[in-house]
Amino acid sequence: MDIAWFLVLSVFIFCIGVAGVLTRRNPLVILLCLELMLNAGNLALVAFSRMHGGASGQVFALIVMVIAACEVVIGLGIIVALYRRRLPIDVDELSELRG
Amino acid sequence: MSATSYGWLVLAFPVAGCLTVSLLWNRLPGRLPGWIASAAIFGAFLSSIGMLLKIQDRPEDARSLVDTAWTYAATANFKVGLTILVDPLAVFMCLVVSGVSFLIHVYSVAYMTGDRGSSRYFAYLNFFVFSMLLLVLAGNFVILIVGWAFVGAASYLLISFWYRRSTATAAGIKAFVINVIGDVGLVIAAFLLLDKTGSLDYQGVFAAADNVFRVNDGTLIAACLLILVGAFAKSAQLPLHTWLPDAMEGPTPVSALIHAATMVTAGVYLIARMHPLFEMAPTAADISAVIGTATLVFAASVAVVATDLKRVIAYSTISQIGYMVLGVSIAAYGPGMFHLMTHAFFKALLFMGAGSVIGAMSGTQSIDRMGGFRKAMPFTFITFTIGALALSGFPSTAGFFSKDEILGFAIARGGGYVVLAVFGYAAAFITAFYAFRMVFRVFYRNPVPEARELDHGHLAHHPPQNPATGEEEDTDVGFPGPEHVVAERSWPMKFAMTPLAVCAALAGLLQVPGLDDAINKFLEPTFADSRYASVNPGTGTEWSELGLGGLLAIAGIALAYAIYLRKRERRLEIRERFDGLHTFLVNKWYFDELYDALVTRPIAAMGRFGRNVIETDFVQGTIVGGATGAVRAGSSVARAIQTGYLRGYALVLLVGVAGLALYFLISSST
Repeated sequence: MDIAWFLVLSVFIFCIGVAGVLTRRNPLVILLCLELMLNAGNLALVAFSRMHGGASGQVFALIVMVIAACEVVIGLGIIVALYRRRLPIDVDELSELRG
Repeated sequence: MSATSYGWLVLAFPVAGCLTVSLLWNRLPGRLPGWIASAAIFGAFLSSIGMLLKIQDRPEDARSLVDTAWTYAATANFKVGLTILVDPLAVFMCLVVSGVSFLIHVYSVAYMTGDRGSSRYFAYLNFFVFSMLLLVLAGNFVILIVGWAFVGAASYLLISFWYRRSTATAAGIKAFVINVIGDVGLVIAAFLLLDKTGSLDYQGVFAAADNVFRVNDGTLIAACLLILVGAFAKSAQLPLHTWLPDAMEGPTPVSALIHAATMVTAGVYLIARMHPLFEMAPTAADISAVIGTATLVFAASVAVVATDLKRVIAYSTISQIGYMVLGVSIAAYGPGMFHLMTHAFFKALLFMGAGSVIGAMSGTQSIDRMGGFRKAMPFTFITFTIGALALSGFPSTAGFFSKDEILGFAIARGGGYVVLAVFGYAAAFITAFYAFRMVFRVFYRNPVPEARELDHGHLAHHPPQNPATGEEEDTDVGFPGPEHVVAERSWPMKFAMTPLAVCAALAGLLQVPGLDDAINKFLEPTFADSRYASVNPGTGTEWSELGLGGLLAIAGIALAYAIYLRKRERRLEIRERFDGLHTFLVNKWYFDELYDALVTRPIAAMGRFGRNVIETDFVQGTIVGGATGAVRAGSSVARAIQTGYLRGYALVLLVGVAGLALYFLISSST
């Protein structure tokens, strides 16, 4: 099977993720979309690994999964904290960092 | 113990006293701080006597001892250390300073009773005496300048001792500023001498000066004139005298200390100490002699019309210091120092008497409101009159011999110095007049209510107020205490005044022409190198000059008697006839106004210009304003990027990464 298919699929998933991050306002959905972007990257890494016959791409993919897990932990933690403090669950309204 | 060990002890006692009193100020009850301070100065006096005995044991050419405690800086051929020089001049000064200071301390114990700040007072007083002793014992210019500046600082602290009195703090600031002018002159002089001679030790400078300088060398004259700036600022000579009359704002014993022992004589000492330089720069010495003469005439004339009792005595000090400056400038070192000593006795005595009278007046200082205290205060009357006689130069008193010796030396120098001596005699007449103007107006005539009250055994008491302005005061710390004291009822004051009265009456006998010559002989080793050592008026001439001085003194006293006792009603008539002169003198020859116009106002205008134009427009507006403006403009751009919208950040990030990726793809494909 040609590698191009895998890459095209990966690009589609990545674009869906980007679009989600850029357009959605609910942080939970944004986290989901981030996961999509990471996993699109994983798919591309694994596809390249398969093409070259080496294992390093798969190792990278594993590392990305670990990072994704960490990121979800932190992200969900922030969301729970927001919820507990009864702040709006909406990234556009959480704009205190405005200069 | 060697003489220099005693020298260190002389310095150690006042330091110890100052530290003890200042550290334990709130643990020591009542008069104890005063007694501790007095004991410390007495220790210094005893050590001075020890120094005297040790130094007299040595041969005449080996009476100049130097001792260094430690070295501050040492380079190839230059060394500065904590060095003291013990020689007859230093020993003489130590004896006068510590002896008179001790009596003033004892007097203060009684005088400052009841003042809430008396511990602070005695700590300052000890520090003052220490500074002066350091100054006279210094063995090099660095220590001299340290002592010199300490004296200025101590005088500031003591003049503005009653720190809630606005006039006192203003007077303290004035004294300090003028003293700093003198300090700067002295420091620059030391730099000049160091530059030319490569040394800061007295002996090194004097030894090198002979080889480095020609007579009347320009640099040497400049250095001497700068030294004179320092000396004149400390000794209140024209044109730097204006601080001394204002210094009367301090407590009366402080005035006695400043005038008699610890401060104003420093300039005279300095000129005497620097005599090898001044003798190589006769021009500078002559300028000094002329200024001394001008000062003594000026101050005597102002003293005639001053109405504040302490200010009359203050102007008499300026005048008497003028005699001393004249003396040491024309190489009459022995007579100059002799007059310094006798003046210390009678001036301290006069101030103590004035303090007692002011106590009886419950703080009032104007002689217009005094009178008739003779019966009520017999002790003060007698001692004050002895002081006034000595000040006038009445025959056989101390001032009689010392003042005339200076003038006799001036006549013996001949030439223009005779003119200076004539002015000196004229001022001596005025001196006798104003001295007895004080005596007659304070002690004779009809008793004022305060005197009558005291006669009935009761001390007058007025509500506390500022004697200069009449402002109301309280008696808490920062203002004078509630108690007033008179010498008649206080043994420490009597104890202090009695020896001074004896000395003022009899100290002149140390040096009677043709009989003995104790002071000159004692000081001879220090001044042996003087070029004018051979100038000697001769005993017969001296006695005739003494006769002239005595006649002038008696004439002055007689004139005061005529005007103030015999024909009192004519006093106002005389004043009216010389109205213009009177106004001129009352305004102290308009020196304060002159300085106000020449110095104070231009500097104040410059200050306002600096505040309004330089500070506000230039610094605040251009420099600070420009910098903050630039930062603010730059940061507003940076702030605009920080929108706070998460999705905005994500977009920027994405576009950035995409742009970078594109850039690398394109650049790697070509």
